[in-house]
Amino acid sequence: MNTLIALYTISHKEIHRFLRIWPQTLLPPAISTSLYFLIFGKLIGDRVGSINGVGYMDYIVPGVILMSVISHAYSNVASSFYAAKFQSHVEELLVAPVSSWVILVGYVSAGVLRGLMVGSVVAIISLFFTELQVYNLTIILVTAFFTAILFSLAGFINAIFANNFDDIALIPNFILTPLNYLGGVFYSVSMLPEIWQHISLANPILYMINSFRYGFLGISDISVELALGRVLGFIVLLTLICLNLLQKGTGIRD
Amino acid sequence: MYALSIENLTKTYSNGFVALKGIDLDVEEGDFFALLGANGAGKSTTIGIVSSLINKTSGSVSIFGHDIVKNNKQAKMNLGIVPQEINFNQYETVENILLIYAGYFGIARKEAKIRAKKALKQMHLWEKRDTVSRRLSGGMKRRVMIARALIPKPKLLILDEPTAGVDIEIRRSMWEMMEQVNKEGTAIILTTHYLEEAENLCRNIAIIHEGMIVENSDMATLLSYINVNYFILDLEKTLITPPEIAGYKFDLIEDKVLSVAIPKSNSLNQLFEQLSIHNIQIKSLKNKSNRLEQLFMDIVQ
Repeated sequence: MNTLIALYTISHKEIHRFLRIWPQTLLPPAISTSLYFLIFGKLIGDRVGSINGVGYMDYIVPGVILMSVISHAYSNVASSFYAAKFQSHVEELLVAPVSSWVILVGYVSAGVLRGLMVGSVVAIISLFFTELQVYNLTIILVTAFFTAILFSLAGFINAIFANNFDDIALIPNFILTPLNYLGGVFYSVSMLPEIWQHISLANPILYMINSFRYGFLGISDISVELALGRVLGFIVLLTLICLNLLQKGTGIRD
Repeated sequence: MYALSIENLTKTYSNGFVALKGIDLDVEEGDFFALLGANGAGKSTTIGIVSSLINKTSGSVSIFGHDIVKNNKQAKMNLGIVPQEINFNQYETVENILLIYAGYFGIARKEAKIRAKKALKQMHLWEKRDTVSRRLSGGMKRRVMIARALIPKPKLLILDEPTAGVDIEIRRSMWEMMEQVNKEGTAIILTTHYLEEAENLCRNIAIIHEGMIVENSDMATLLSYINVNYFILDLEKTLITPPEIAGYKFDLIEDKVLSVAIPKSNSLNQLFEQLSIHNIQIKSLKNKSNRLEQLFMDIVQ
């Protein structure tokens, strides 16, 4: 039994799936983020002025890129794995001698790639509105990569527990989107009243956006080491949860 | 070594329904085995547990000596499964379904292509290899599932009602395929509602009823239990009521069609003599149903 062949098969199948329907998976973020940059960055941003010494457009670009990475990494895995459950072809994986970790890595790798590809598309779109600075490329890449992994894992958990397509939309609409918007994409947490600054620290997306922004602009509301450490901790935690759920067969057996 | 060995297998679903109440079952290497039971008897739950699609409550299952929990991968490597419901990605082409499945079993692409070609030709699907599977007929989709199950060259193949809803021509070609696969050394477990299929194909049989094995023997022994034969008689003339002849039980199906139950101790000659006495002329006769069907009904009722 060649585990690498099984891993490649799952990963290739999932990547091929989202590339085959690229007008649904890669194109929409280009349009929606263009509107963000136009409305928030250009039209409103010119009146906002600067934040922490950086022009408003430059300030929001990293957050908007990472927001796209988050939502697309998440939705790729959530929708694809749930569809496999819904159409019962997840059974092909369950009857085959494939380890839980191979299934997980196969799905997550596709989610990560889609998240990073969408992030790249948004980054290219942003070049029409501003000049992107790069302060620390390693931190940009590591943060984007970690974030894509984390939210692919979260999407996988969502798919495991989902019983219908509404359950797939529920978490992105009611949890992910508010956390994204309250994670400091469009503002600095230092602008908030002290109590809200403390509450914001419970939002994991705040750490990722600040770390990512640091990579571009060299400014952050919180320590980058702390941010990346927490993201890594969340990745380990969610990986263990996913493997445990797969091992028990939660949501996919019985 | 047994192809499949099940010991004291139980399953209680989360809603409290007890589907299996302690099943013991052994299937020999190379056997052609029928697992029969009415809807809800526990056949699909048993197959689901064997194929790792359903978690068991207690008991043990091993495939060619490999426990499905402790040696999960080795057990799965020996198993091919054809489920009742379509469970492949209907947006993939026929050949891709097989190639992806081969990949899950760690089969390299080059080898997978060779095996896929052979399996698709065997199932008369080679011409459809580039067709998106949702465009196939129901019978073709079932054959895709059989072709897919053959890809890893399993030593045990479980077919859960593979011929359900399939026309007789395709059903016959499936029987030929199953016999061929069995001749090549693969043990086959077949569940079916067409009992003549089980009677014609299988050497051994188990009947499951309300989560328990109520009969487990070879086909010949089981059929020897039958002590009544059933026939349909086509009559020359119309009858209004069925005749009453001691030792025989008649039912009037249509005005010129009669069914009769004949104890094995009575000969057909005796029947014809009695009918002649009652002035009933027979044009032709045929078996009412296959023998196994009657026995099955007797056992589960």
